[in-house]
Amino acid sequence: MSLRTPLGRVLGLGTAKDGTSHWWAQRVSAVALIFLGSWFAFLLATMPGFSHAEAVAAIGRPLNSILLLLLSVSLGYHSYLGIQVVIEDYVHAPGLKVITLLLARFAHVLLVVVALFAVLKIGLNA
Amino acid sequence: MSNDDRPLSPHISIYRWPITMVLSILHRISGIVLSVGFVVLVAWLFDAAAGPEAYTVFMSVMDSLVGQVMLIALSFAFFYHLSNGARHLLWDAGRGLEKSQANQSSWLVLIATVVLTALFWWLAS
Repeated sequence: MSLRTPLGRVLGLGTAKDGTSHWWAQRVSAVALIFLGSWFAFLLATMPGFSHAEAVAAIGRPLNSILLLLLSVSLGYHSYLGIQVVIEDYVHAPGLKVITLLLARFAHVLLVVVALFAVLKIGLNA
Repeated sequence: MSNDDRPLSPHISIYRWPITMVLSILHRISGIVLSVGFVVLVAWLFDAAAGPEAYTVFMSVMDSLVGQVMLIALSFAFFYHLSNGARHLLWDAGRGLEKSQANQSSWLVLIATVVLTALFWWLAS
């Protein structure tokens, strides 16, 4: 005999109320980052130099700008999902846990917005 | 009723670590390191957008010994997390889950990490 309600069973969301969505989001962003991360490593490795002018030229090239925007969003998202699990695993005091999770989320949103702003500023100026 | 002499299951400190366990822990550590790396990436983008003065400060930190060691550590963490992450995706697809396969792919991940990191710095030089 199952104590689960018919609605609970059909939604399939379990006790955490979000089913496999966290796990799946982590995989989707991981696949995106295989491509975007490899591209970025290649970009860095083949930069002619790291002077300010060379950096701005590289970031501002249209294709690079677009890929950097995608990288920033995917990386910020994937990083948050990972840090969230680490916090949930090691921080047990309920109050501290909520505060740490909130700070981690705010920090990631801030980082992504700064990255998007910087890339757009350079990309649209070029 | 005393339970003091009941046997304990092997704990981390007296366990001969299987290689898969080491790589699993390294995956989490490298992930945390790469979150720090994200901050460095955003600082690079922001300082490039902010202008030559801010950018010079950023580059002087990166050119220092601490900065260089950090960049090398970041590159190792990146290629490790990439290689081992690809292995995780194969596992998610139900492949390579036999114990012998997992042990073999562990070594493959470590070799790929060293090769890709070396290739990266060779390309960059």
